[in-house]
Amino acid sequence: MQKICYELRRMATTIQQPPKVDETRGPARPLDNSSGGGLRNLVPAEGDLHRVKDHAPPPASTGIWVVLASITMTFAAFTSALIVRQGGSSDWKHLTLPPILYLNTMVLLASSVTLEAARRQIGAYMMGRRDQVPPPSRWLYITLGLGLLFVAGQYIAWLQLRAQGLFLATNPNSSFFYVLTGIHALHVSGGLGGLARVIRRLNKSVLRKSTLDATSHYWHFMGGLWVYLLLLLWIKL
Amino acid sequence: MHDVSAQAAHHGAPTSFIRKHVFSLDHKVIGKQYYALALVAVLIGMVLSWIMRLHLAWGSYAIPGLHLLSQNGAPGNVMTPEFYLQLMTMHATIMVFFVLTTAPFAAFGNYFLPIQVGAEDMPFPHFNMMSFWVTFVGFLVLVSSFFVGDGPTLGGWTQYAPLSAVGAVAGPGQGLGVVLWATSIGIFCIGQLLGSLNFITTTLDMRTRGMSMWRLPLSAWAWFITSVMGLTAFAVLMPACILLILDHVAGTSFFVPGNLVINDQLQPHSGGSTLLWQHLFWFFGHPEVYIAIVPGMGIVSHVLMANMRKPMLSHRALIYSMGALAVLSYMVYGHHMFLSGMNPVSSLAFSFPTLIITIPSTVIVLIWLGSLYGSKLRINSASLFGLGFISMFISGGVSGFFLAQPSVDIMLHATYFVVGHFHMVMGVAAMFGIFAGTYFWFPKMFGRMMNETLGKIHFWLSFVGTYAIFMPFHYLGLAGNVRRYQAFVTDAMKPLIPVHQFITVAALITGAAQLIFLYNLVHSRFWGEPASDNPWQATSLEWSTPTTPPPHNNFGDTLPTVYHDPYQYGVESSVGDYLMQASPEQVKNAHDEA
Repeated sequence: MQKICYELRRMATTIQQPPKVDETRGPARPLDNSSGGGLRNLVPAEGDLHRVKDHAPPPASTGIWVVLASITMTFAAFTSALIVRQGGSSDWKHLTLPPILYLNTMVLLASSVTLEAARRQIGAYMMGRRDQVPPPSRWLYITLGLGLLFVAGQYIAWLQLRAQGLFLATNPNSSFFYVLTGIHALHVSGGLGGLARVIRRLNKSVLRKSTLDATSHYWHFMGGLWVYLLLLLWIKL
Repeated sequence: MHDVSAQAAHHGAPTSFIRKHVFSLDHKVIGKQYYALALVAVLIGMVLSWIMRLHLAWGSYAIPGLHLLSQNGAPGNVMTPEFYLQLMTMHATIMVFFVLTTAPFAAFGNYFLPIQVGAEDMPFPHFNMMSFWVTFVGFLVLVSSFFVGDGPTLGGWTQYAPLSAVGAVAGPGQGLGVVLWATSIGIFCIGQLLGSLNFITTTLDMRTRGMSMWRLPLSAWAWFITSVMGLTAFAVLMPACILLILDHVAGTSFFVPGNLVINDQLQPHSGGSTLLWQHLFWFFGHPEVYIAIVPGMGIVSHVLMANMRKPMLSHRALIYSMGALAVLSYMVYGHHMFLSGMNPVSSLAFSFPTLIITIPSTVIVLIWLGSLYGSKLRINSASLFGLGFISMFISGGVSGFFLAQPSVDIMLHATYFVVGHFHMVMGVAAMFGIFAGTYFWFPKMFGRMMNETLGKIHFWLSFVGTYAIFMPFHYLGLAGNVRRYQAFVTDAMKPLIPVHQFITVAALITGAAQLIFLYNLVHSRFWGEPASDNPWQATSLEWSTPTTPPPHNNFGDTLPTVYHDPYQYGVESSVGDYLMQASPEQVKNAHDEA
């Protein structure tokens, strides 16, 4: 959003003047095969600093907001489906949420905190002590573990619901419960894949800050989305 | 912005055959793959429409070989009513999703968007590759439904519930056929979401130095706006498909109401909302028609300017209008549901923004006509199809004005009037946009020119032919001819059969004329006259590539720097009456808005 606002403002206010041919920057930088990523791209080299001004953020930082926008639309569609389905029906049966969901919520929120801890540590590592071996991945592993715990906890919640005799097709409430938690868990699993990738790239010292940031935006979004879903399920089901 | 491309999109030129031509990361190859997919899909869709037209005009005649397509559907080569509906559903699904969405948006957009913004490639090449192959799998899943169970679904491309959601009891193809349909469309959504992600980030982040948003060519703007629509629309269709599949395979009741009796069988469902499907579907469905048409608007503007040798009256008004179309497209979807039993107040609420859509549409058309007025338009295949696009868009758009009003729509709903309307404004117009783009960009994509004489013959046959097909549709609709009927047996409809026969003959001739295009495409690909780097003396970055077709990284060693607005035609520069965007030359009478 910030990015879009920035673009809109820039579009509205400044039309870029044609650069002069004999500009001091010289012509566009020749492409260099060796600059395919890695920590050295985090800080522009001395000679590049004057370019930072018109340097767009790496596509991952924009891309993640695009991804989150589309996930938002998907869950908005599910939400409106739930509301419409409840509105016109006589078979809406109240359902008590499995209590383990509240524990799962704490686990997922805690994983957001540990991910922030990891991000700080890695940020410091990137800025300075880059030679540290091995790179600081402990908090990432903890986050990954908490994420796995969350998914396992959701699975237990489904088992508890089954034990009550509530299956996917039993009534609309249980249908929506399984669909919403299932699709969310699928998205969380995608986030776990992202975290695993971040750990692997960090260990190989080829992690980009934009990748780490995008992954953590996604992860925090999953936490926020879950809180929203829990409220929705709690109020509606 | 140069550093960005080095960070994200840079990947070496492929060496193996598989990486080069099959699982390619190169946006140009992916664009061509999308184009090839659309070409195969459009041929299948066209043949399906031929079979349907023959049946509508001469119902009792056998069509040789038809039983090969379906044993049960065409015993003795004469199709059953159900098989007609199955063909119709497949025709529409293939055309809407795998032709009108893939060709103008995914095919040309993939090929030319990164080049027009001055980038080496899209920022996420692996997602881009996945986008195509996922779409391809979706296509295979859809076509496979011809060959399994009792054939494809017969529910129409809109798949209204509960017909679509109750399963095999509702007719041939309503069991496995619907599941395959929903799976295919769900997969297609994933492909388009990945594509939209790349398109949006390419436009925002990969622009080369000097390329501000306003300096993007109109085609790039159109793809950008379309990708924003695609991102939001397909993200809503996918949940709808998931719920539909669950109603089939898991026995849930999202869309099937209780106490529903079909063929004397009480359905084991309760409480579902049939309107829910329509809401979810049309929230996607209306933006989808703009996803089909807006890229055509951008392409046609781009093509016409190169041939008018002057810029449009207003670059920005065109962009604002396309943006307004995109925003409005989400507020009008209810106009497909005037007869669904919605509250009449909702009908009014949806009718009003629908009528407002005429404002940006009219602005766009007036800018085109005003700019064309007095210009010395070069007449070639590309510009002719551009003019054809405008003509179709106007003719089809005017009938939309009638349908937007609930009181009129009650009469015309689900008649051939509607079919004529959307075939002209969304189907044929978008096809003409694809043709304009093909004749215009073919030299850049393949390094050879297409045959102009064949192109003009193709245009005139297509132009006259499509009017001959779709204009009578409006008349049929006014006469009360309901759509999706496979035979006309009542006294009221029998007199209309000669009109159907005329339409069928026109459809066969127009369809055959497309073979000229196909021949031209294949022949020119291998034996066409070699093209220069800039055969149309056009200005945007795709004509500044060091070679034709562009090299793997588009611009060789150095990304271009942009000095001008995109359409510097009708100026006096050292190269002629135009000035390339990447040319540092300054001329007095430039159209730069800065």
